[in-house]
Amino acid sequence: MSVRVGVVQFPGTNCELDALDAFDRLGAAAELLWHGDATIRGVDAVIVPGGFAHGDYLRTGAIAQFSPVMGAVRDHAAAGGAVIGICNGFQVLCEGGLLPGVLQKNAGLKFLCDTVEVAVVSAASALTNATEVGQILRIPINHFEGNYTCDAATLAELRADDRVVLRYVANPNGSVDDIAGICNAGRNVVGLMPHPERASEAILGSTDGVVLLRSVLAAATTPAIPG
Amino acid sequence: MGAMKRFAARVDITHLPGVADPQGATVERALPALGWANVSELKIGKSIHLVVECADVAAAEAQVRAMCERILANPVIEAYDITVHELAAR
Repeated sequence: MSVRVGVVQFPGTNCELDALDAFDRLGAAAELLWHGDATIRGVDAVIVPGGFAHGDYLRTGAIAQFSPVMGAVRDHAAAGGAVIGICNGFQVLCEGGLLPGVLQKNAGLKFLCDTVEVAVVSAASALTNATEVGQILRIPINHFEGNYTCDAATLAELRADDRVVLRYVANPNGSVDDIAGICNAGRNVVGLMPHPERASEAILGSTDGVVLLRSVLAAATTPAIPG
Repeated sequence: MGAMKRFAARVDITHLPGVADPQGATVERALPALGWANVSELKIGKSIHLVVECADVAAAEAQVRAMCERILANPVIEAYDITVHELAAR
């Protein structure tokens, strides 16, 4: 049976169809989850995709964290299920407290749309279990608020617990410690600014995102990676 | 329950000390070219204005503070300052 992947759709989300298509191509059964429904309909993995949820009003992700679906996403995460936040989804997970820290405006105050290199720092997460530490992936970024920051104690904890999963090879946005992606203590909730779904077919210029998407499918079938 | 009063509240949100404020830094750098070379510590934040009905000013302040903690500000990077005053009865 195909792995069921739920892709959350808020008003203003704009990467949900790309994510659906990318997972479908890998043999998963991907479906949209409307933000206003307080259920994830029993899917195996949840993707919070990119875009501008609720217009990014107030702050990125600030309103989205209170959408009805987020309660079910929290329950899924608490039960060890895979939850991946991509770009705006990363911002939503941070605002919602599923991941620590916050994504602030890029240091250069420019919207960045580019393909960058990220290095796998930890292969022990729902996003990276099929990768190898040190592997370099070429994946597009597309963001104005991708500059990850957190307090010093949180950063020390992330580093000590091997919870920085991806780092930029050449930091594009001022992110602390070159962080491109982090995971929670359970390693089942992961947020990243780069868009793996946009590096999932040769015609897109890179297929380096596929290994991350495959990791999500693997985590969905064997949940609760020990943390 | 006693009669509710109306309070105007203003929330000023700024970056916490030490958090980069690239907008503020850019605007500050632009000012000397216009002849104002004596400006420093320029910060750009946002302000939220609202009216809240509460029994008294303490309750109004407490509610706005709770709203700041829950949604209006992000304590990881933002500081907030609350000003509340009672509005004249309608």
